[in-house]
Amino acid sequence: MKRIRTPLDDETIRTLKAGDQVALSGVLLTGRDAAHKRLVDTYKAGQELPVDLRGQVIYYVGPCPAKPGKVIGSAGPTTSSRMDPYTPLLVRELGLKGMIGKGYRSKQVVDVLKAQCAIYFLAVGGAGALLAQRIKQAEVIAYPDLGAEAIYRLEVEDFPLIVGIDSQGRNAYEEGQAKYRLAGA
Amino acid sequence: MKQIHVKDIAETVERLCIQACTALGDDWWQAMENAVSLEESPLGKDLLGIIRENAGLAASTGEPICQDTGLAVVFLEIGQEVSITGGSLYDAINEGVRRGYINGYLRKSVVSDPLIRENTGDNTPAIIHTEIVPGSDLRITVAPKGAGSENSSGLKMLKPADGEEGVIRFVMEVVEAAGPNACPPIVVGVGVGGNLEKSALLAKRSLLRPLGERHPKPHIAKLEEELLKRINSTGIGPQGLGGRITALDVHVEVHPTHIASLPVAVNIQCHASRHAEAVL
Ligand code: SF4
Repeated sequence: MKRIRTPLDDETIRTLKAGDQVALSGVLLTGRDAAHKRLVDTYKAGQELPVDLRGQVIYYVGPCPAKPGKVIGSAGPTTSSRMDPYTPLLVRELGLKGMIGKGYRSKQVVDVLKAQCAIYFLAVGGAGALLAQRIKQAEVIAYPDLGAEAIYRLEVEDFPLIVGIDSQGRNAYEEGQAKYRLAGA
Repeated sequence: MKQIHVKDIAETVERLCIQACTALGDDWWQAMENAVSLEESPLGKDLLGIIRENAGLAASTGEPICQDTGLAVVFLEIGQEVSITGGSLYDAINEGVRRGYINGYLRKSVVSDPLIRENTGDNTPAIIHTEIVPGSDLRITVAPKGAGSENSSGLKMLKPADGEEGVIRFVMEVVEAAGPNACPPIVVGVGVGGNLEKSALLAKRSLLRPLGERHPKPHIAKLEEELLKRINSTGIGPQGLGGRITALDVHVEVHPTHIASLPVAVNIQCHASRHAEAVL
């Protein structure tokens, strides 16, 4: 298990290989489809963005409401491919370095990870209660009107992740599945 | 005539929403135990361990198992000798869902119109399936369903000549396409026969059957075994990262159909196989 911190630099990213288990600490930003769309529309309109994405990691999550006395409710990853249309611009133009989600990504996303030395992590889908325990602070920093889809700033400690697609474009899904596929399947 | 007041129905639904989202059944724990012992991939074993740990944590803290607490799917079996008093049955169900999702700190994931897409703020309306049955009981089952696995589901109107092989081929297509998005290990619900909507409902309902239980008809039980074997040969594995256990179980339900039809619906259920029921 490798321990890493945000913000991520190229050197750290290059040491991470598809399939590695890592424990991430530091700051994460959250964002789902609606927030991505707004960020991209704002950028294209030439207006100022409400968050600085340089070196940052976005976690694709729409958490449950926090119970009284709790930082956040259940908070596992959502399906990443819904963000694929927006990701290349965020990485190439806005300096985003990492993403956390679940599921396959498009070829365009893999290409931009390679070109910009960025990385895609996986969190365990459906393990929201456990993941929420590793989130030590949460505050909404943009788009509060989006509710569960607002952009939060999260502080996490030893957030358990798996490298899904590394900066060389290697893919943990393809490699893992190929090992266990039986003849005739 | 047995009388059941809508107030009791709303209270029951509230309780079931929270229970379903935080505690999984004994059959699930048993199926996961078998899965851990059969899994060959070390990472796969770790992932199954995390999923079990998460479910245990949810049950002990009351935190939802998964943040996608889904659409509230409610199955009603109403005994024909039951009389509902005090107001509208469906209003009571929705009131229960509203209170369950608000008081249980569950996520509200419903938009009022599929194109305008404004959140209703209380996870209503529920999707309600009603069946009238003999007797004087009211059975309520709440089965919250997240989008990751629901979006991976599919339906196809096959030709009768496609037969059992055609059914298997389509199920495999849906499972392969779902991959990691449906949060494996999955449960696969298959509805064969009836017509378009009947097959979908059969598939959904089959997900309520306890894991590890086979269909009473021998040829359908055999089909379930065959599908499970093939699905677990794909290598998709826990979370899609490779391994032996892609599915915990496959349930097939069948229904008489038209001489010219062979509808097949495949409803994928993620590992968060949530449902809770009560009898009033
Ligand atoms: S597919 Fe199931 S376990 Fe995965 S995020 Fe959706 S509801 Fe949760």
